[in-house]
Amino acid sequence: MSKAPFGRRLLRVTGMDELGAYRVLRVADPDGPEPEPGQFAMLTTAERWGAGENERPYLARAFSFARWRDGQAHYLLEDVGPGTKRLCELSAGEEVWTLGPLGQGFTAPGRVGPHPRRAILVGGGVGIAPLAILQDALECEVTVLLGFRDGARAVGAALLDGAQVATDDGSAGYHGLVTDLLAAELQRDPAAVVYSCGPAGMLEGVRAMCAQSGTPAQLALEAGMACGFGACFGCVVPRHGGGYLRVCVDGPVIDAAELDVVEEHNGAPA
Amino acid sequence: MSVEFCGLRLVHPVINGSGTFDALAAREAFGTALNVEFPFAAYVSKTITLEPRRGNPPPRLWEASGGLVNSIGLPNKGLEGYLAEDLPALASLPVPLITNVMGSTAAEISELLEACDARAEIAAVELNVSCPNVKTGLDIGADPRQLEEVLRTVRPRTGKPLIVKLTPNAADVSACALAAEAGGANAVSLINTLRALVLRPVSRKGPSAVPERRPWLGAGTGGLSGPAIRAVALAQVAAVAERAQIPVIGMGGVSTAAHARDLLDVGARLVAVGTESFRDPVAGAKIARELAG
Ligand SMILES: Cc1cc2nc3c(=O)[nH]c(=O)nc-3n(C[C@H](O)[C@H](O)[C@H](O)COP(=O)(O)OP(=O)(O)OC[C@H]3O[C@@H](n4cnc5c(N)ncnc54)[C@H](O)[C@@H]3O)c2cc1C
Ligand SMILES: Cc1cc2nc3c(=O)[nH]c(=O)nc-3n(C[C@H](O)[C@H](O)[C@H](O)COP(=O)(O)O)c2cc1C
Ligand code: FES
Repeated sequence: MSKAPFGRRLLRVTGMDELGAYRVLRVADPDGPEPEPGQFAMLTTAERWGAGENERPYLARAFSFARWRDGQAHYLLEDVGPGTKRLCELSAGEEVWTLGPLGQGFTAPGRVGPHPRRAILVGGGVGIAPLAILQDALECEVTVLLGFRDGARAVGAALLDGAQVATDDGSAGYHGLVTDLLAAELQRDPAAVVYSCGPAGMLEGVRAMCAQSGTPAQLALEAGMACGFGACFGCVVPRHGGGYLRVCVDGPVIDAAELDVVEEHNGAPA
Repeated sequence: MSVEFCGLRLVHPVINGSGTFDALAAREAFGTALNVEFPFAAYVSKTITLEPRRGNPPPRLWEASGGLVNSIGLPNKGLEGYLAEDLPALASLPVPLITNVMGSTAAEISELLEACDARAEIAAVELNVSCPNVKTGLDIGADPRQLEEVLRTVRPRTGKPLIVKLTPNAADVSACALAAEAGGANAVSLINTLRALVLRPVSRKGPSAVPERRPWLGAGTGGLSGPAIRAVALAQVAAVAERAQIPVIGMGGVSTAAHARDLLDVGARLVAVGTESFRDPVAGAKIARELAG
């Protein structure tokens, strides 16, 4: 994996574009190491970080690299709270503290299992971000399945090439869950490697389906993080066989076989 | 800027708070750069217990107003695992190593101290009597009489400098510091996290009946750290430094050299950086550099 320069670095924002319900943040990092697909960075705006709702945000926030092009990192952002709200307000010329690239990324198909020639990418919502940079790197046959809550979010599918789209409300593409599309794909041909990122419920569906069809799967998980580099032990998920994995250093990409179940661990109200 | 501390010569007065910097994980994430400018003048390990601990169920973190509430629950490999696997790797760090330990009885603590005493890699031992997540730690450290008694029993088990990390969740923290001194501690460190509770947010989905308010953290309560506790830390460190003869390590909410300077000015010999390292892993080095300059 690419190692991060030691310490957070102040980098310049080169652009902020709308992509349906999302934003794409571009940050120049001419001297930074190129991230591997699945790795992430911890971001903090240089100005006005704090003083939002409940005086938050305070800690840095984790974001997957969505693309790496011409010495620029691209991030796909969804405004869900004080940290992402502040980041979405950035515009070209402003600065952002960046710590990264961090974590374990996706493993290439040839090193995952017996089916190096076909990859199925399954993304949900803003979780499509790391699948875009993964698609850029893959050389095998790729099938892209993306699920969104609604049409405004489904616009995000443009980040990847040739995606089949599903929406919860039927406003774009297939009316239903992206895991329905995956089920059909696996039925057609289970000889593949599945790469997935999205909400816990979706990932659990993917995990269970792949376990059943014997298809190896690599899941990019999310967890509340204070540090992103293994210091706080706050970002854990239960590991198969007992104990916990730290999502930031053992993941965020974790082999599905290492997990018994993917659950929401942020205690969010149901 | 070099400082003498319990017979150790440290290159500057900034160290890490226990449990807030995992040097081995940092080496994986950042590579050899970590050793080039190691951010702390001494490295304090996470709390080590006799038996391995998995730690608390998630969620373990909550971002508070200007701070963090955690219920990590002291996950660690246990004494044997630490000595066999981590210590040899930690020995290659360019700074002295302080091992933080916690036990629930004098017998357990004795065993921990003896084991540390036998290892040349360890420069000093910090005894955690203050963790709000584990009942026993709180009990020992919050009552001066009990603290002194336990320390008198365990003190002879190591010839290495013994730092007692006090609990801030006590009625009279300087009485606890004096008890630690009387029990044979070579230094005290404070403050640990303040006991704190956060509730799960009320669901925004639909007009449900009276919502059931449950704790957010998997362990129920947690400990508050970061800028939110800075003024409390300064008051406690000042009170302890005024009365104790032994050196004091001050910590709690240090994010800049000015905050570190405040703690030194009220009598701390060293300062420790905790939560700020989560925001920037080189925070300790930046603070030390600014203090010197
Ligand atoms: C490895 C990784 C990669 C990620 N990649 C992306 C990405 O590419 N794009 C993207 O948009 N997002 C990504 N995320 C998610 C992103 O980090 C979070 O959405 C962000 O941290 C939310 O911060 P916030 O302040 O906007 O919202 P918060 O208010 O922090 O809300 C987010 C959730 O956190 C919980 N929460 C609410 N209040 C608190 C509190 N006080 N303390 C702790 N938790 C609370 C709730 O469950 C809430 O739903 C990624 C996360 C990880 C771990
Ligand atoms: C995530 C986290 C884990 C901690 N783990 C330990 C620990 O294992 N042992 C200990 O003595 N203190 C532990 N502490 C307390 C810190 O060492 C320090 O006393 C406290 O956080 C106050 O300093 P700060 O405000 O700079 O973080 C922990 C603190 C945090 C935030
Ligand atoms: S976020 Fe701190 S250990 Fe993973």
